[in-house]
Amino acid sequence: MRPFLQFLGTRLLRALVAVWLVSTVVFGVMRLSGDPVPLLLPPDAPRSEYARVAAELGLDRPLPVQYVIFLGNTLRGDFGRSLHFRAPAMEVVAGYLPATLELGLTSFAIAVIVAVPVGLLSAVKRNSLLDQSAMAVALVGQSAPTFFLGILFILLFSLKAGWLPTSGRGTLAHLVLPALTLGAFAMASIARLTRSAVLEVLRQDYVRTARAKGLAEWLVVAKHTLKNAAVPIVTITGLQFGGLLGGAVVTETVFAWPGIGRLAIQSIYSRDYPIVQAVVFLSALLFIVINLAVDVVYGLLDPRIRPR
Amino acid sequence: MASSIPASVPADGTAIADAAEARAGRGARRTRRLVAAGGAFVALLAVVALAAPWLAPQDPVRQSLRARLAAPTLEAVDGKAHLLGTDHLGRDVLSRVIWGARVSLLVGFAAVGVGGIVGAGLGLLAGYRGGWADTVIMTVADAQLAFPFVLLAIGIIAVLGPSFPTLIVVIGLSGWVAYARVLRSQVLVLRSREFVDAIQALGGSVPRIVGRHIVPNVLSSLVVIATLELARAVVLEATLSFLGLGIQPPTPSWGGMVQEGREYLDTAWWISTCPGLILMLTSVAVSRTGDWLRDLLDPTLRGE
Repeated sequence: MRPFLQFLGTRLLRALVAVWLVSTVVFGVMRLSGDPVPLLLPPDAPRSEYARVAAELGLDRPLPVQYVIFLGNTLRGDFGRSLHFRAPAMEVVAGYLPATLELGLTSFAIAVIVAVPVGLLSAVKRNSLLDQSAMAVALVGQSAPTFFLGILFILLFSLKAGWLPTSGRGTLAHLVLPALTLGAFAMASIARLTRSAVLEVLRQDYVRTARAKGLAEWLVVAKHTLKNAAVPIVTITGLQFGGLLGGAVVTETVFAWPGIGRLAIQSIYSRDYPIVQAVVFLSALLFIVINLAVDVVYGLLDPRIRPR
Repeated sequence: MASSIPASVPADGTAIADAAEARAGRGARRTRRLVAAGGAFVALLAVVALAAPWLAPQDPVRQSLRARLAAPTLEAVDGKAHLLGTDHLGRDVLSRVIWGARVSLLVGFAAVGVGGIVGAGLGLLAGYRGGWADTVIMTVADAQLAFPFVLLAIGIIAVLGPSFPTLIVVIGLSGWVAYARVLRSQVLVLRSREFVDAIQALGGSVPRIVGRHIVPNVLSSLVVIATLELARAVVLEATLSFLGLGIQPPTPSWGGMVQEGREYLDTAWWISTCPGLILMLTSVAVSRTGDWLRDLLDPTLRGE
């Protein structure tokens, strides 16, 4: 247990460093954005009013002091008030989060449910027509730009075929195209990796032994292969889940899905920086927590990687 | 462990390539043909991008109200033929796709240059110097990998305002980690090799060792990563332009064109679809070429 705790401690420390770096970059970017005070005031406001608002925001303090205050506020999830929504930024973002989680979890579930069996079948029936066509589709899926995939889906399945709605959130039908679009890259990557992981295991001596002792092929695959191929599959799966967050910005914009990604883009246009910061920080935090969880699962699955 | 002389030095790809070909057997010829097609596509695209002013049938930003939303046709509309139709402002889609290739590749190559120089430089430094430089560089690299950089890129561009240099630097820096990690681990191995000790003993300076002996040995990995990064950079530029954060209108860019055609998807599908399909083809062709180069030159990168 000791080496495992040590492993966990290292990862936790790294995650904390990452969170700190992200917040520092957010602070830096915020300072680069120039003076936010004029945005908050009417154009004809007197100088005394300007000074009052600057003091209220703490902008009259030296930069290092501002940085420390910022870090403190960040720890409490306080990114200031949204100029557009007239509410605390974090509260606004939290209101949009469920839509993003719904979309993210659905696409992730679809990706895993489709990709793992396809990858497994591709490996077992190596070089068959199924294998070749699945891997060709996966290759395209892995390099296709998310935004264009979404546009293609809308064109083909909504506008031409008329099967599914083009945008918005509501019924289950609304969820299908965005989830497929967002999940495409993860699906392709997981399918390809599952295939190569299973192929790798099928080459091992213990699989040959299992076959030699006359075990049925499906049992060889089910009992001896899947469990051993699980480590790389879980790793890439977790990483892909983190990556979905980045894709959500694009997918939500294409499908007018009311989540935090679309909120971020809209807030950029309306120069509502507190919201942008809150989204960037929250996504980074989610991403880091997920990666940490993956590392823990990874450590539990494979005793060999625990030391270090 | 009497023999410490490796069968093949890392820079020598031929022995590995031969083995790979022998192993691949009958699939090899098909793969080679596919790769050749991909490579030819990329080369063609580069030529088109360079020769855009001469190749494009029309001015990519010239608007024509009478030729708005014309479908792809060989016949002349408003006195001009529009092979891929026109957009909502009557601009020729084919000409815009051709000029868009220029923007796409320009930003792509420049970003790969920025990322490659920064990443390779830091990777060499971390691997060769070790110590605190190594610790700092790798901590930052880990941190960058630990969150979705695309989001941060969007934030940075939103604040600084979209421009060519900002776009190139942001896209470039989003990819430096890939070079740094691979180069660091390779340099670590190379540095402990006897030929480096020998040159040191003979009084070779550090720049000489790095420039003449380390860099040539990691060049093949660098080429592989750069190719894979090019595909990523081109797609990222298009994505940012699609979101309105990249290349600004009226300059034609593939991502921007897809965005402009969105509203007319139902009636004028060609505006979005043409640039989108070319972008998709480019991305597949470049990343396939990269995959193939990797298997050929440097099978050790597979796990990355």
